[in-house]
Amino acid sequence: MKEGKPLWKGVPERLSHELKSVMEKLSLGGQLVQYLFTGVTVGSIYGMVALGFNIIYNVTEMINFAQGEFVMLGGLIMVLCAKVLPLPMAFCVTVAAVTAIGAIMERSTINPLKNTTVLTLIIVTIAVSILLKGIAMFIWGKDPYMMQPFSGTEPLHLFGAAIQTQAFWVLGISGIVVLLLTLFFRKARYGKAMLACADNAEAARLVGIKVNLMVLLSFALSAAIGAAAGAVITPISLMEYDRGALLGLKGFGAAVLGGLGSFSGAVVAGLLLGVVESLCAGFVSSGYKDAVALLLLLLVLFVRPSGLFGNVEASKIKKF
Amino acid sequence: MSRGNLITLSAVVLLLILFPVLVANVEAISHYLDVMVFVGIFSLITMGLSLLMGYAGQISLGHAAFFGLGAYTSGILCVKVAVSPWLAMVGGTLVTAVVAYGVGVPSLKLKGHYLAMATLGFGVIVNIVFNEEVELTGGPSGLSNIPGLKLFGLPLRGELLFYILVWSMVLLVLIFCLNVIHSRVGRALRSIHDSEVAADAMGVETARYKVMIFVLSAVLASLAGSLYAHYVGFLSPSSFNLLFSIRLVMMVVVGGMHSLWGALLGTWLLTFLGNEWLHVFKDFDILVYGAILLFVVMALPEGLVSVVPRLSHMWRRGRESEGGTGGT
Repeated sequence: MKEGKPLWKGVPERLSHELKSVMEKLSLGGQLVQYLFTGVTVGSIYGMVALGFNIIYNVTEMINFAQGEFVMLGGLIMVLCAKVLPLPMAFCVTVAAVTAIGAIMERSTINPLKNTTVLTLIIVTIAVSILLKGIAMFIWGKDPYMMQPFSGTEPLHLFGAAIQTQAFWVLGISGIVVLLLTLFFRKARYGKAMLACADNAEAARLVGIKVNLMVLLSFALSAAIGAAAGAVITPISLMEYDRGALLGLKGFGAAVLGGLGSFSGAVVAGLLLGVVESLCAGFVSSGYKDAVALLLLLLVLFVRPSGLFGNVEASKIKKF
Repeated sequence: MSRGNLITLSAVVLLLILFPVLVANVEAISHYLDVMVFVGIFSLITMGLSLLMGYAGQISLGHAAFFGLGAYTSGILCVKVAVSPWLAMVGGTLVTAVVAYGVGVPSLKLKGHYLAMATLGFGVIVNIVFNEEVELTGGPSGLSNIPGLKLFGLPLRGELLFYILVWSMVLLVLIFCLNVIHSRVGRALRSIHDSEVAADAMGVETARYKVMIFVLSAVLASLAGSLYAHYVGFLSPSSFNLLFSIRLVMMVVVGGMHSLWGALLGTWLLTFLGNEWLHVFKDFDILVYGAILLFVVMALPEGLVSVVPRLSHMWRRGRESEGGTGGT
């Protein structure tokens, strides 16, 4: 597999190639359904990346610039595992491996820093992201990796559009992730403890919550979510070592759009971002597809930094 | 200018004068002059970035975009419109100043992480434009045949003349920046770095100063871009991508972001590492970069320049204690 156009990264490259031949035969309505579906699929990935940002942000009030690398690692490790293990096993091993990487990252780089500034935190996570990218290139090289869809390559024909079956896997897994997260934060002891840290770390410490442990948990959890996202999207979009930055940036766009820290906002904004991007790629210009999502991010940041669904009051009291 | 700065400056000037002589006489490092031209060009950017990060406490992950704006404006004006290179350079700085002002005013209202992401997003967008506007920029295959510079009718051919031009500019900018730091503006910037709220309360116009320094750093990057365009003669979007923005930040951080000398040291070290010493690692230099950056941030948060005073302090204390025992 040779590299495609340099900037055509981030979204279903293969899908779009297949689509171009199909597209010409489709009606306008069919095209619209096609783009919407592609958008929702990619959007759910952005949503998951945004969830990862939010989990860490809520506990530590910092942004992890290596978030996109978790997705990249998830995809590439999945390709490796799927060759030797049955799919469900491969998926579990992938998620476990990346979770461990997230935990190691927190213990080795974030935890030792005391009395630090935002600037330092940003630079540390950037350094980790470069390091992870470098390691990935060392192991997998520069070429993108393909992977067989989880179930069958024959697309489904729905409403005059051709939908890849993998898209349903993406939606299904994202749905399950959101459901599990909601349950975790509502019911589980550790989930509630993490939310308490988000509210007020000092007070949480006073009532006996180990804030230190919660920070570790937040990194592990968001690495796990990133890995799941990477593992399911790879059959559609391929994966290579330098995909992380753009995925992370767009995921951050979704997180800001939905109001940093808001879980439901992140999911809705992710889907919205995916759909807008996909419609733009389809009807306006595929080259500027990535720019659209980022332009949207800048606009939101400039006009309403608390996000479309965020709380202005709440964002004012945050440290950073 | 303080005495310490004056001494360091004279030492640097002396080294800069001796360097071409040394290079001309040692065959093995004869191409180092070329690398030093790049060090000079990048130093122009990192000095501005050092003012922005170390003194005003704001981060920009999009400075490759301003570097690219200068380079492409110069290149396009010279190649497509046949404007004189010096005029094109001025054109580049004007375009960049306007863009930086437009981006800076809303961006700098944002706090820490948001600002980093906003500048990052801006940088990526500009890079996409460089790639997509094929008619203007040549797209991914690049813009070539950019003419060289002429000074008083004399074409600046060869590395030595460019070395002299670039480093004279660097020294001028350095002296200017050192003066900025020790002026009213510099004190205002440092007060912003320490606490923006307190600075505001004391009547420092924080917003104005932040935008001012942001535009200044962008203009310096643009100037560097124009020089780069005329020196290399060829531009491709990949020279102005996100990784380069990060490398610029790295240069400042590794050298020590609270000192202009640190920015120079970091730029020198990382450019030589990138262009010369890391060739053994081929594509895997990125791994080494990550490791260096992580090490410096974790172990030497003040950067490499902080090592010098610390060592001299230790040495002095060692001598004092020796002197103490000798006296009694």
